Amino acid sequence: MRHIISILIENEAGALSRVAGLFSARGYNIESLTVAPTEDASLSRMTLVTRGSDDIIEQITKQLNKLIDVVKLMDLTEGPHIEREMMLIKLRAVGGDQRDEVKRMADIFRGRIIDVTDTTYTIEVTGDSTKLDAFIQALDKSLILETVRSGVMGISRGEKALRI
Amino acid sequence: MELTGAEIVVRFLHDEGVEHLFGYPGGAVLHIYDALYRQDKVKHILVRHEQAATHAADGYARSTGKPGVVLVTSGPGATNAVTGIATAYMDSIPMVVLTGQVPTSLIGNDAFQEVDAVGITRPCVKHNFLVKDVKDLAITLKKAFYIAQTGRPGPVVVDIPKDVTANRTKYVFPKTVSMRSYNPVVKGHTGQIKRAVGMILGAKRPMLYTGGGVVLNDASRQLVEFARLLGYPVTNTSMGLGGYPASDKQFVGMLGMHGTYEANMAMSHCDVLVAIGARFDDRVTGNVQKFCPHAKIIHIDIDPSSISKNVKVDVPIVGSVEHVLKDMLKLIKDSGEVPDGEALAKWWTQIDEWRAKECLKYDKSSELIKPQYVLETLHKITKGDAFVCSDVGQHQMWTAQFYRFDKPRRWINSGGLGTMGFGLPAAMGVQFAHPKASVVCVTGEGSIQMNIQELSTCLQYGLPIKIICLNNRFLGMVRQWQEFFYDKRYSHSYMESLPDFVKLAEAYGHVGMQIDKPADVEAALKEAFTKHKNRLVFMNFLTDQTENVYPMVPAGAGLDEMILV
Repeated sequence: MRHIISILIENEAGALSRVAGLFSARGYNIESLTVAPTEDASLSRMTLVTRGSDDIIEQITKQLNKLIDVVKLMDLTEGPHIEREMMLIKLRAVGGDQRDEVKRMADIFRGRIIDVTDTTYTIEVTGDSTKLDAFIQALDKSLILETVRSGVMGISRGEKALRI
Repeated sequence: MELTGAEIVVRFLHDEGVEHLFGYPGGAVLHIYDALYRQDKVKHILVRHEQAATHAADGYARSTGKPGVVLVTSGPGATNAVTGIATAYMDSIPMVVLTGQVPTSLIGNDAFQEVDAVGITRPCVKHNFLVKDVKDLAITLKKAFYIAQTGRPGPVVVDIPKDVTANRTKYVFPKTVSMRSYNPVVKGHTGQIKRAVGMILGAKRPMLYTGGGVVLNDASRQLVEFARLLGYPVTNTSMGLGGYPASDKQFVGMLGMHGTYEANMAMSHCDVLVAIGARFDDRVTGNVQKFCPHAKIIHIDIDPSSISKNVKVDVPIVGSVEHVLKDMLKLIKDSGEVPDGEALAKWWTQIDEWRAKECLKYDKSSELIKPQYVLETLHKITKGDAFVCSDVGQHQMWTAQFYRFDKPRRWINSGGLGTMGFGLPAAMGVQFAHPKASVVCVTGEGSIQMNIQELSTCLQYGLPIKIICLNNRFLGMVRQWQEFFYDKRYSHSYMESLPDFVKLAEAYGHVGMQIDKPADVEAALKEAFTKHKNRLVFMNFLTDQTENVYPMVPAGAGLDEMILV
């Protein structure tokens, strides 16, 4: 099962490597990991996507909680939640037809063109990971020059919040 | 008044109540050593290798419950300490290790004697810190001591760059510390405790399986009261030995790979298992698929991540052993309920049948010295009251089996990491903590050579440790596995060109003795503990080379599939 674990962690040097080190030392896999400070600069919010059986996920959350720098965590996939990922994708766009086609695609996927040159378009798309995958699928592979994905971030729906 | 970082370190240690500091100087910690020189409150013990400093601090901590404290320099000082830090980590021993670091301006420049100590130690510490500002020094040290000793204890490393020890700031001892990210639970969940008590009282074939948590938490008294009130059998893990008196009739011995037949059979047939401060290590469970097949399992542990890690449990209780046992005792007494006496009597009859196998028997008429006999005699001569530190291998298992520990914190061994070379330095730490006590290091000719340089430290400080070297001219445990599982291909398990240990001991200024006949064992031990009471005695026992540790559960087998003698 795929799980999205949200972590509030002390914003200190080395905190990220403690999490990453834990995963490699114990043989857990990380699909993606994003981290940035919160509105309280002393705290970072990390979103970690991993896969494993219920037993493994239980161990992962316990081991994460055991890290001294971890203040609190939540498995978002246990309740209703929203996940988003951002992608910046640079595409070859030369000539009227090709430029129109890329623009149309971007519109269909609610993407925004954020940089334009004579030969390229750079598009920003957000959504859950499957939407970003679908966008890539829908494009002509030979047009893709570069893709940058942020990794998943997530938040619970409604009143439920991960805060101290 | 403003103090330098070095002075703050030393003042802090004194204010924190640290009496002994085990260490080795070097460039990055010279300011701290200078501050140590200019005071007489914290006693520094100079070892001969940083690994020994960590093991000595570890032995100190295991035998007292107080944190062991280590000071080493940057680079090789820190890397040499790593084995000792990992040893303490695996056995949850409270320890604070101060490592010197190159000046902050040089960090990352591949400076002389620079290593990323925080990075290297990260996987084998409870937590670690790099102090970048002298203003953070005192509070960081306070956090280190707090983290090391609370919850599930463990080692904490504080890496201190040289310029931080030179810079000045105002020093106030931080009396308390609180951390929003670290609040260990000690009190167990009431509902879970109630459920567990119901299950315990309803058991027909109960078993108490207790580990190092009982010793670390100083909860022996509660355990004994709990076990006696119920009349249930008790088995200890290697780390838990002494947590329940071995001479008590309810004690069925150690369990696991080299546990007793009765303990392992009782585990395999019990219907309710109460795991108390034990972590279902693979050396204890054998094949987990075959582990306690008939039992409902209750698990009391301070560390939530120990619960349901290896074996799925039915009633998890997170909390300190002491608190949870107290709560359970109160509930049981208040309920007025008692265990099923008839079922229990039947269960004990069964256990006594297993006991009758006498799984620890050995050939007492042999003309060669049997290691088991040396340990039985050691127990007799020391009246079972010595602090016994052990190295790792066959001699460790024999000591666990034959030196029947009645008190906690007397059995000092590297259980989790299995660190050869642990015994002698650990014994030094124990002797510093208990200057008047009999301190023994049981070792083998393999293990002792891994930290033999510490004989020099022992001379410097006049430590009257008794070294019992069970010398079989083999890396015995390796040889045993090769005999059983590798068709007797003794690949590199034979120790050629051994030193003359008697002369070696004498060269270091100690007493050396060689014993090669069973008839001389008792007299030699007596002599060591009386005539040479105040000196270190290295006793080289030439033992039977073919002796193996029995019983044995082969790797991957169930606990009821033991090889008996």
